[in-house]
Amino acid sequence: MNTPQANAAATRMTYREACKQALREALLSDSRVFLMGEDIGRYGGCYAVTKGLLEEFGEERIRDTPLSESAFVGAGVGAAMAGMRPIVEIMTVNFSLLALDQILNNAVTIPHMSGGQFAIPLVIRMATGGGRRVGAQHSRSLEGWYAHIPGLRVLTPATVEDARFMLKGALADPNPVIIFEHVMLYNMEGDLPSDMEKVDIAHAKLRRAGRDVSLITYGGSLFKALEAADALAAEGIDAEVIDLRVLRPLDTKTILDSVAKTRRCVIIDEGWRSGSISAEIGMRIAEEAFFELDAPLRRVCSREAPIPYAAHLEDACLPQVATIVAVARELVRPS
Amino acid sequence: MTKKVHLDHVHLLHLLKAMIRIRHFEAKCVELYQAQKILGFLHLYDGEEAVSVGVMEALTQDDAVIATYREHGQALARGVDPKCLMAEMMGKLNGCCRGRGGSMHFFDRARRFYGGNAIVGGGLPLALGVALADKMQRRSTVTACFFGEGAVDEGEFHETLNLAKLWRLPILFVCENNLYSMGMAVERAEADIDFVHKASGYRVAGEKVDGMDVVAVESAARNAIDRIRSENDPYFLECRTYRFRAHSMFDAQLYRSKDEVEAWRKKGPIVRFQTWLEANRLIKPEELAAIEEEVDKEIAAAVAFAEAGGLEPVSEVERFVTMEAVPS
Repeated sequence: MNTPQANAAATRMTYREACKQALREALLSDSRVFLMGEDIGRYGGCYAVTKGLLEEFGEERIRDTPLSESAFVGAGVGAAMAGMRPIVEIMTVNFSLLALDQILNNAVTIPHMSGGQFAIPLVIRMATGGGRRVGAQHSRSLEGWYAHIPGLRVLTPATVEDARFMLKGALADPNPVIIFEHVMLYNMEGDLPSDMEKVDIAHAKLRRAGRDVSLITYGGSLFKALEAADALAAEGIDAEVIDLRVLRPLDTKTILDSVAKTRRCVIIDEGWRSGSISAEIGMRIAEEAFFELDAPLRRVCSREAPIPYAAHLEDACLPQVATIVAVARELVRPS
Repeated sequence: MTKKVHLDHVHLLHLLKAMIRIRHFEAKCVELYQAQKILGFLHLYDGEEAVSVGVMEALTQDDAVIATYREHGQALARGVDPKCLMAEMMGKLNGCCRGRGGSMHFFDRARRFYGGNAIVGGGLPLALGVALADKMQRRSTVTACFFGEGAVDEGEFHETLNLAKLWRLPILFVCENNLYSMGMAVERAEADIDFVHKASGYRVAGEKVDGMDVVAVESAARNAIDRIRSENDPYFLECRTYRFRAHSMFDAQLYRSKDEVEAWRKKGPIVRFQTWLEANRLIKPEELAAIEEEVDKEIAAAVAFAEAGGLEPVSEVERFVTMEAVPS
C-alpha cells in the first residue's frame, strides 16, 4: 500500500486485519455490540474479516444468519431501537438491495418520523466495488446511491488507519452508519502508527498535496489517484489528492479549499456518472467555487454499463490510472 | 389447554369500552377527515377492534408492540393517550410524533410502541430485532407483532418467521386476516390460505382464532404468551376478521359486494359482544350509556387538545434527521 508518509513507530498490516481489529475492539469494549451477517461465524466471513471472532466471542454475539438480508438488517434496526449496538455485515453492496427497504424506510426514517423518540445506532458494513472478475451482480459501486439519503452517514475507508478506526467513530454515532469496504483493498498493506487511537468520521483528508490539479476520490479509487499523481509528477504536473472518506455528510470545505488552490479538478468515482456522487461534488464546486476555476470540471467514472466478466471489458469499465493521468494532463496542459 | 379469561363484570365492561373507544375515535376521525382537518390516508380499523383489544389484554407494560399502518386500534388499546393520537392525526406539534408521522406512523417510546409501519411486512424484521435485544439483555418480555394477511405475500414474513424460530425469539405473531389486501382477496393472492399451516412450515406453532370475538382473542393471546414464555419460542395467531369500511378513503370497493359487507357487519365484534352481554344480563342499559358517554368525553377532549395544538415551526423540519444522542 502506497502510504503517504512512512512512520517509524508503526505496525504493518493488511486492510482486512485492520477491519478485524476494529471489530474485536468494539466487541471487547461494549457488551451491547454484536455482529450479524451471512457466513461471518463458522466460515469466518466471505472476505475473512471476521475469522476467529466466533471462537473468541461465542454464538450469541457473532450471529451467522440465513440468506435473509431484509430480515437481518431489519433485526439490526429493531435491536438498535431496543438498546443494542448491532454491527450488521452485508456480504456485498449488491445484496444490500434486498435490504434497502429496511435501511431507507426504517433505519433512516424512524428517528425523524417518530418525532425524535427513537435513534437507530446501527452500523452496517459491506464490501463494494469491482475489479475481481466476478461479473455485474458482484461488482457494483452504489455508495453514491446511499449518499443520497438524509439521515445516513456513509463512510468509505480507503486506508489501513481508516479501516482500523472508522468503526469506533461509527459506533459512537447515534445514527445509522454504512461502512463501505472496497473489495480490492482487503489484501493491501499499510502502516498503522502505533500511537493512533482514532480517526474522525466527518472530514475529507488531503492524501497528497499539489498545486496544479485536484484529484478528488474515495474508496478503491484512492490508490489509483495516488498512482496517477506519481505518474503526473514524472511529467512535471503537481497533483493534489483528496480522499473524501465520508460521502455523507460531504465535507464540502476541504473540496473547495483544494480547488481554490489548484483551480482544476478531476473527480474519480467508481460509480456510474449519471446522478452520481461525482455529479454532486461537481455541482457543489460549480455553485460555490465557479470563479475559482481555470478549467472545466472533469470526471473519471465507470462506464455506464453493468460490469462485465471478461477482464478486458471490466478494466475498460472501471476508472484506470492511465485515464486519470490523461484527463488531468489535458486540464493542465490542453492539447 | 384453553386458558379461561377471568370474566368478571369489570373486565367485561373494560373490553367493551376499549372496543367502543376505538370505534368512536375513528368515527370522529372520519368527520375530521371530511372537514379536511385530517389529511392524507385514513385506514380505518372498523370491524377489527376485537383483535387489538384482545391481544393487548394479554401483554404487560414491559412487552413491546409493532403495528402496521392500520394501527389506530393497536395504539389506543395499548394505552397511548388519545389526545396525542388525535393531535398526530391533525398534524400538530402536540401529537405523539410532533405531526411528522400522521395516521400511519404512531410511535410511543414509553409504551414500547415501535410504530405503525406503512410498508407491508416492514415491521416484521423490526420485531426480530426488538425481541433479540430484549433476549440479549435478559429481559423476559414478549414482542407482539401485528400484520395483515397481505404481509404474508411478502418475503419479510417468511424470513422473519424462519429467524424467529431459529433464534427462539419471544415473538407473538398476530396475523389480522381481514380477507383483503387492499382489493386483493386472500384466495387470489395466496396459493395456500391456511396461515397456521404456513407458520408450521417454519416450525412456528400457532392457531386460528375468531377475530370477531374479543374474549376468544384474549384467551388465545394469553395462552400464546404463556407458551412463548414457558417454551422460549415464537407463536403465531391468525385472527380471522373483517374490515367494514373501505381500505382507505380513496377506495370505491369494487372488489366486494355490499351484501358481503353487511353479512360481516352483523357479526361485528362490538355488536356481538354487546348483544351477548345484554342477553346474559351482564350489562345494564345505564352502564352501556355511561361507557359511551365517557368514551365520547375522552374523544371530545382529544379533539379539543388537538385543535388547541400548535404547528411545528418549518425551521425544525430537519430536526431529528440525524439524532444528537440516543434517547434513554
